Amino acid sequence: MTSIQLPTGAPGSRVLGLGSYRPRRRVTNHELAQTMDTNDEWIQSRVGIAERRWADEDETLVEMAVAAGGKAIAASGLSPDEIDLAVVASASLRVPIPGIGPQVAHRLGIRRPGAFDLNAGCAGWCYALGVADDAIRSGSARNAVVVGVERLTDVTDLTDRSTAVIFADGAGAAVVGAADEPGIGPVVWGSDGDQYNAIEIAAGRSTMTMAGQAVYRWATTRLTETLEQAMARAGVTPDDIDVFAPHQANLRIVESMTKKLGFPARTVIARDIVQSGNTSAASVPLALTALLESGEAKSGDLALVLGYGAGLTFAGQVLRLP
Amino acid sequence: MSREDIQSGLAEILEEVAGVTPADATPEKSFTEDLDVDSLSMVEIATAVEDKFGVAIPDDELGNIKTVGDAMNYIEKNQ
Repeated sequence: MTSIQLPTGAPGSRVLGLGSYRPRRRVTNHELAQTMDTNDEWIQSRVGIAERRWADEDETLVEMAVAAGGKAIAASGLSPDEIDLAVVASASLRVPIPGIGPQVAHRLGIRRPGAFDLNAGCAGWCYALGVADDAIRSGSARNAVVVGVERLTDVTDLTDRSTAVIFADGAGAAVVGAADEPGIGPVVWGSDGDQYNAIEIAAGRSTMTMAGQAVYRWATTRLTETLEQAMARAGVTPDDIDVFAPHQANLRIVESMTKKLGFPARTVIARDIVQSGNTSAASVPLALTALLESGEAKSGDLALVLGYGAGLTFAGQVLRLP
Repeated sequence: MSREDIQSGLAEILEEVAGVTPADATPEKSFTEDLDVDSLSMVEIATAVEDKFGVAIPDDELGNIKTVGDAMNYIEKNQ
């Protein structure tokens, strides 16, 4: 019997470069208060958002993904032809056929990569990072580009004050490559499908609804163990974490998780939601690039990341910043 | 557990979660109207009540708890 041969994978993978794209239009709470019954104090106290970016018509999912992906490739030092896998995480595609992964990769100058879209709601980018890490370690890919991109304003009722103040647009990306010394820890992922309709676009509707209290309770009580597992499986403790960058869903959830995990005082906490709102699958790479650009985080820092959202889905891992 | 113990335990939770002065946590007070507790703080109160009193408050029950007295009755009945 002929045996099936397998490739030799890499011992580990690491993030080689990060990039992001923030839409041009900045929308403040004061602007929203002019068209709906809300105000800056209410929004800041409930979700911690001061402003967010809303994409214009020409800032499409593909354009934003290409902009973020291009910056990540430039930062990685690789040329596009060294990349052979492209994963685009998004939950806001309005047209499901075709997926945008192949087009984004083509526009980035990547030749004939494995390319696909991944929808795990707001957890999408962390899921995609786990897939890329596994692909490189198993030998299915050498280098991958992992993009999170959203135009949540396309699927949000912009007159509904319970969601319009929260959701926003943007893109973030990483290039991941093989490494002798692992720079990405094992992904800890899972789902709670019994709450499938806690965040949904219900049948016959075009915009999203969210059971705010249910999601808040889930996020603040069920995900601490995921974060602890992500650290334990990578062999690190909260004392080792330089940067904590959970999905930017609600500042109160960020603060609650931070308090429960007991990081040392030096740990930098990502609070990009204050400027960016909730950008779903784009929020973690947007937050990481913002911290690197501001100098609050630096190359070599150990970050703990977590995505969670519609599904309900969640995924977390530790990674070394490029 | 006596009704007084439930009230004082609840007052402790309200102080910690929402900064409510314990003396203000009296049965007739509405969480949202009188004590300025928002919907997400109600979730935090519910999870703290679950830890402290060992009673589960699912989200659909949470919507029926409007006053401190409602919460006390719920805890008393389900303990």
